[in-house]
Amino acid sequence: MSDNMIDLLMKSLGETCYMVLIAIVLATLIGLPLGVILTVTRKDHIMPNSLVHNVLGAIVNATRSTPFIILMVAIIPLTRMIVGSSIGTTAAIVPLTITAAPFIARVIESSLLEVDRGVIEAAQSMGASPLQIIGKVMLPESLHSIVLGITLALIALIGASAMAGALGGGGLGDLAIRYGYQRFQMDVMIATVVVLIIMVQGVQTVGNMLSRKLNKNKLS
Amino acid sequence: MIKLVNVEKTYFSKAGNIEALKKTNIEVRQGEIFGIIGLSGAGKSTLIRCINMLEVPTGGQVFVDGQELTAMSEAQLRKARQNIGMIFQHFNLLASRTVFDNVAFPLEIQGMPKDKIAERVGELLDLVQLRDRADYYPSQLSGGQKQRVGIARALASNPKVLLSDEATSALDPQTTKSILQLLRDINKRLNLTIVMITHQMEVVKEICDRVAVIENGVIIEEGSMYKVFTEPQEETTKEFVKTVNDIKIPPMIDTESMKQNYFPGSRLLANLTFLDSGDRQEKSTGADQPLVSAIIKRFGVDVNIISGKVDYLKDLPYGTLLVEIMGDEKSIADSLRYIREAGVKLEVIGYVG
Repeated sequence: MSDNMIDLLMKSLGETCYMVLIAIVLATLIGLPLGVILTVTRKDHIMPNSLVHNVLGAIVNATRSTPFIILMVAIIPLTRMIVGSSIGTTAAIVPLTITAAPFIARVIESSLLEVDRGVIEAAQSMGASPLQIIGKVMLPESLHSIVLGITLALIALIGASAMAGALGGGGLGDLAIRYGYQRFQMDVMIATVVVLIIMVQGVQTVGNMLSRKLNKNKLS
Repeated sequence: MIKLVNVEKTYFSKAGNIEALKKTNIEVRQGEIFGIIGLSGAGKSTLIRCINMLEVPTGGQVFVDGQELTAMSEAQLRKARQNIGMIFQHFNLLASRTVFDNVAFPLEIQGMPKDKIAERVGELLDLVQLRDRADYYPSQLSGGQKQRVGIARALASNPKVLLSDEATSALDPQTTKSILQLLRDINKRLNLTIVMITHQMEVVKEICDRVAVIENGVIIEEGSMYKVFTEPQEETTKEFVKTVNDIKIPPMIDTESMKQNYFPGSRLLANLTFLDSGDRQEKSTGADQPLVSAIIKRFGVDVNIISGKVDYLKDLPYGTLLVEIMGDEKSIADSLRYIREAGVKLEVIGYVG
């Protein structure tokens, strides 16, 4: 592989990291409150409200059931409104965020539901308000599990970002298709796949480590 | 201190409504340990949760320390709950917080400044003898230690009332004893009113002043622990008492052929209970008389003592004696009358050959 190719690979790696990292941060900022609301508005939880729960749930499900490639095209007007353009790496961040946010909302919901009801009850018995219960009990108690969920979302985003090439978003997936597949450069194809594998492994390892560090349930 | 007036709780569901608690009236006095005993599903969990409104009653009124909780707004109720500590069967500690931070939790909620919190938590950890475990996480503690943390946490905001929801049910007998000892201790030292629900008669026997027995959402019997224990009226209560006070007949006695009436050559098997109500004004309770030698001399019977023990109901001692009385029909009957008149509780088990 030529120096030129290695430069290209590094550039694509940078693009992928840029897209995915910004998208995961934005998606978490949106998905976290969504997940919290989805949890606490359940009918047996601390702020039951079936209207809010069902409407939010329906929106989340609708977004999650749209295939990414279609979502990306469908929200082009929105992307143009936010970024000013519908083409390019920055533009790809918008659909990536929108696809990851409901996913994160669901993983956070399931993490929060794992929090022992007895612990929440204990906090209520001490006079904690719903906001205090969310901030001081539910989130800290499930943080280790939320970290694993976000790791999962991050890996899914790395996969989805490969499709961003369709919008001229660049990144590793784009590189693999344009050079590896369309120009029959097998070495580029293999190189990108290897880089992707290393990335995913790294993300998962760091996620696992962080989660283990945060989990105080199994200390000896 | 605590007053429940006609408190009701019904769970409504499509499959049918469940009346977990029917019109219940309870009054708990300042500084006493009040036990509520019942089998699982009897409604005791619902009852204790109505006291701090974790379960909102569907009818009736709840008063704690003169305030009507059932008439409060959410915000007022949260404030009032700071006056009511609660401990749980499964401890319900925050796994992500250290012992110190768990005890600090209720104080943080109240917005106490950090330096004050540190001071108060220190005192509480001394009280439950866990200062050296301050930086441990709950998963590093034994069950008894976890419950001590739970107690320290419940006492953090200086509550007037402590609710105990089966606090010892998940602990081994040894640890149960030490936790009960701690509860007794803080009850005396802080003049704290304690309400505890349990299904274990040993727990009631160990520390309660008064007790209520609950079955199918109804309080079926209530009174001083001593009275309920020694003179149970209801079948369920008798069953509970039996769990700690069962008469064990040794295998050498042939109970197969036991009869309820005298037959020639038979021996009477009887259980005598010597009570001390603690009230010196009351008539003799038999514990101060040489009862056995008296019936031997007066009625010419022979008495064989099979087993005996002295036990305590909280602080009051009571003794039981399992005896065989041998003699003719009349002298046995005379002996029984004499024992009854002496104020000793007599339970005739039967005549054996």
